[in-house]
Amino acid sequence: MTDKKLIDLVNITKSYDGDVILDDLNLYVKENEFLTLLGPSGCGKTTTLRIIGGFETPDTGKVIFEGKDITDLEPYERQVNTVFQKYALFPHMTVAENIAFGLKIKKKSKAYIDDKIAHALKLVNLDGYENRSPENLSGGQQQRVAIARAIVNEPKVLLLDEPLGALDLKLRQDMQYELIRLKNELGITFVYVTHDQEEALTMSDTIVVMNQGYIQQIGSPVDIYNEPENAFVADFIGESNIIGGTFVEDKLVKILGINFPCVDVGFGRNKPVDVVIRPEDVDLVKPSEGIITGTVTSLIFKGVHYEMEVMTNGYELLVHSTDFFPVGKEVGIRVHPFNVHIMNKPESEDEEAVVIDED
Amino acid sequence: MKNTIKNYLQKFYIALILLFLYAPIAILMVLSFNESKSRSKWGGFTLKWYIELFQNREIMNALYTTLIIAFLSALIATIIGTAASIGINRMKIVPKTTILSITNIPMLNADIVTAISLMLLFVAMRFTLGFRTVLISHITFNIPYVVLSVMPKLKQLNINTYEAALDLGAKPVYAFYKVVFPEIFPGVLSGFLLSFTMSLDDFVITHFTKGISVDTLSTKIYSEVRKGIKPEMYALSTLMFVAVLILLTLVNYSKNKGKK
Repeated sequence: MTDKKLIDLVNITKSYDGDVILDDLNLYVKENEFLTLLGPSGCGKTTTLRIIGGFETPDTGKVIFEGKDITDLEPYERQVNTVFQKYALFPHMTVAENIAFGLKIKKKSKAYIDDKIAHALKLVNLDGYENRSPENLSGGQQQRVAIARAIVNEPKVLLLDEPLGALDLKLRQDMQYELIRLKNELGITFVYVTHDQEEALTMSDTIVVMNQGYIQQIGSPVDIYNEPENAFVADFIGESNIIGGTFVEDKLVKILGINFPCVDVGFGRNKPVDVVIRPEDVDLVKPSEGIITGTVTSLIFKGVHYEMEVMTNGYELLVHSTDFFPVGKEVGIRVHPFNVHIMNKPESEDEEAVVIDED
Repeated sequence: MKNTIKNYLQKFYIALILLFLYAPIAILMVLSFNESKSRSKWGGFTLKWYIELFQNREIMNALYTTLIIAFLSALIATIIGTAASIGINRMKIVPKTTILSITNIPMLNADIVTAISLMLLFVAMRFTLGFRTVLISHITFNIPYVVLSVMPKLKQLNINTYEAALDLGAKPVYAFYKVVFPEIFPGVLSGFLLSFTMSLDDFVITHFTKGISVDTLSTKIYSEVRKGIKPEMYALSTLMFVAVLILLTLVNYSKNKGKK
């Protein structure tokens, strides 16, 4: 990744039939970045991608590409290529004809095209599939052809719209590694759309968390996970306990009726805040050693860890732990100050975090 | 044992249905090869009615008119109908279903009503009834059949394939011919063939819109038969039946091919 801005979206607004999809969105993509737009369905992530691709025109705002305004350019005039969610391969053409489509339009020589096809198929691990019909390929193979078809045109940016959405879990994980490898080998910019937080965390340099047409947070996967800016982000990325509390003073927050030490400063005095504690950051100890005590109300074995719910002062705390505590046992609860994360309460309705259905 | 009886009964039943459906046509075909003019006596095999048929200038003219009208009306209806389908397909759900119902009505409407309304329209617009008015009428009643054939293909089409073509640098017209058209072609072809058949088949609408100067085969047969039936007409009817049969087989073939 370099510091050069490749794509710059400035004050983008888009609505359909009065429904606002994007509201004054500002976002830039750096050269060679793997940027992921992450959010629940209807958050505007796909619309943002389609605006970059040229399939939608923003109502207001500008799309800047390498310093030039491309807002009004048609899709076929842009140096970006898209990998669509449903692959969108041309069914009446062979794999090779599909891949050659863009190169033929550019009137490249046959030798050049053949060479490109062979190279692209090798990149996506489909050597020898030139003359197959896309209809006889599996979902994963079709997706690879779609990627090959896009990258032979040597776009500056590859746009990917939930490309792994239709694949099964195992294949999806394999493809995640393949995409990272591809991105490194090609050295181009990826803009990736997904609603799958794990996919986003695994692959991205930068994650843009969106909800209801607004950007909630932009940051590296580590930042987004460890320092969510609001309850929406905390809830959407991974599992978390979001507890309403009061910021007593610097490095001290009152939650569940008890003062917890933390490391955050600058939230004022006696201000209402939201506090995020990740389930894996809760330490269960002997009752006498805890800051606060509680009772285990449920226990599920998840393989890597136990998932427990601990009732404490009227709040059901979600805990991931490799230690075993049976249901009904009284435990002490401790959280390292570093892991008590403070967030501002949403101030306006626009920023209001929306609780997501967990599926 | 029980099964073989059941089997025989099933076959017998199908044979009976086919007999009822095709016996009249079979008789017509047999008579077209009958040496004798009598409808009740077999006078030996002959092709002379076919020869006389092809030597009859008026009938050959009617045949020529029929084919020209069928071809032109099918072609023009296919172009208009396909373009209309593409537009309808991109509409929102309410106007879409409304427009589709409206385009379906002419197919269910009684031919005689369509025929008289078209005739009245032409008279009101001071068109001279003739080749032109017949052609316009045939285009009109063929368009719904094209829409009916093309719409399902468009619905199957993944809209992203068109966008993918644009994305890869294709201009809209190129993208349509390279990506969309091949996908909907089976529907377009069966729409064309269906229109062609409908046009060949039509009597009522042609009869009311043709005026006095032109005749298609069906109106020609009708006026000939009123003067007394000549075996040439059997030969002509046989040929029309065979032509329509071949066309319908093609329509079905092109539809099934698209399904694969």
